[in-house]
Amino acid sequence: MKAVITVLGHDRIGIIASVTGVLAEEGINILDISQTIMQNIFTMIMLVDLSKMKSGFSKLGDKLEKVGAQLGVEIRLQREEIFNSMHRI
Amino acid sequence: MYSRSEIIETINMIRHENLDIRTITMGISLRDCACESVERATQKIYDKICRYADRLVQTGEDIERDFGIPIINKRISVTPIALVAESSDATDYTPFARAMDRAAANVGVNLIGGFSAMVHKGYTKGDRMLIDSIPEALAVTDRVCSSVNVATTKAGINMDAVMDMGRVIKDCAERTKDRGAFGCAKLVVFANAPEDNPFMAGAFHGIGEPECVINVGVSGAGVVSGAVKSLGDADLGLLAETIKKTAFKITRMGQLVAQEASARLNVPFGIVDLSLAPTPAIGDSVARILEAMGLERCGAHGTTAALALLNDAVKKGGVMASSQVGGLSGAFIPVSEDAGMIEAVNTGALCLEKLEAMTCVCSVGLDMIAIPGDTPASIIAAIIADEIAIGVVNHKTTAVRIIPAPGKKEGDILEFGGLFGSAPVMPVNSFSAEMFIKRGGRIPAPLQSLKN
Repeated sequence: MKAVITVLGHDRIGIIASVTGVLAEEGINILDISQTIMQNIFTMIMLVDLSKMKSGFSKLGDKLEKVGAQLGVEIRLQREEIFNSMHRI
Repeated sequence: MYSRSEIIETINMIRHENLDIRTITMGISLRDCACESVERATQKIYDKICRYADRLVQTGEDIERDFGIPIINKRISVTPIALVAESSDATDYTPFARAMDRAAANVGVNLIGGFSAMVHKGYTKGDRMLIDSIPEALAVTDRVCSSVNVATTKAGINMDAVMDMGRVIKDCAERTKDRGAFGCAKLVVFANAPEDNPFMAGAFHGIGEPECVINVGVSGAGVVSGAVKSLGDADLGLLAETIKKTAFKITRMGQLVAQEASARLNVPFGIVDLSLAPTPAIGDSVARILEAMGLERCGAHGTTAALALLNDAVKKGGVMASSQVGGLSGAFIPVSEDAGMIEAVNTGALCLEKLEAMTCVCSVGLDMIAIPGDTPASIIAAIIADEIAIGVVNHKTTAVRIIPAPGKKEGDILEFGGLFGSAPVMPVNSFSAEMFIKRGGRIPAPLQSLKN
């Protein structure tokens, strides 16, 4: 199963380190990563592979949410099908 | 692979434009619960609903979590209770509503639809008892919704039922006057009622439906509004095209959720209903879409044309996006649930007659409209008759959900709170139609029904 992680918020040092730290702990492989500043908002998008994930999807979501709260950014974890179905016929 | 901008587009729809799955509605047949003993019948109903819908709410929440898309409501629709209760020895069907209410509370859904009767050509014994039980049933339950189909294009209009519903609505208001006549917000009078509509208060599980089914209602008024605004002064062809594409994307998401829910619950997928269903939340308004199209206020001349374009484009986008489109699919124009509509009424731009005209080109009817509490039953029946005639002649669903606000006059505000919002009390033409309504009988089916 693949998922998309998005991080939106104010730029600061250590966002990528914190998020990827959680992913490494959870045994999650990053397939694609990009980062940019869009309309003054820090935007990071990752495509990740969850097939070797240690704990469950909702636990991972909780962990990322916690990290997001600490960093003051919004982190979302969504299964990739939603983007496929919305943007591809 | 999708692009970064596509990902951001989806997330913006959810974050800023109130994109959501409005409802996952499980339709459950109760036909096998008919039984001579009321106690046994109501027990069977309670047990069956609890058994089938046991995992509905949890599954909805799981899907919400996995896809990061809000799923606002999980609901249940059941076989029209008149059909189920008719075999029993009951003379009052309130116990059936109570059983539905208890079951809904037990499985954690906020509304359950199907305290309903289909009387477009006439009453059976059960239909009569159900309609007589509506005011009590809606007064003593919290979650039960009721609907009565009084006409179809094929059968014409049952004017006896129209007259009765005028009285029932008045009774409902009276019985729930301490709660702002909330009973009336849970009661819909239909023409050509769809059997697979997932939206409350008019949802019921029609007689052609399978044992159990999952129907999904998607909204997206805010998203369409955003898309229209982004176009600036583009011509109407481009506007329609953009709305269509937006509706396509929204419906695709609904289709995904519907299939996922269907697979996880092991229940067949029924339909996706793509309706622009506004909520009182800022930005989630159909009126604002019409205003973004270039009207100073919703209700101005031009509103019907703008709504016609909107409704049609939404359907065209939705049809290709889902394998099965059904329900109402179009734009809803409930007054109390739409901040733009409320403002339009308050500024004098929108009146009842204009709303009636708008229902000729959109998916439902006169919805969540508060009128003065002293409006006589015969005038309410006449309002229903007009609206129902529009549906019958135009081969479409129309409905009336109207609230005679107890003790309130034109210009007062009726507060419901939550998804039901608040309704400004609208003036009603007070000239009498009593003689016409009292005639009773049936208005024959129109010529366009004779297609065989």
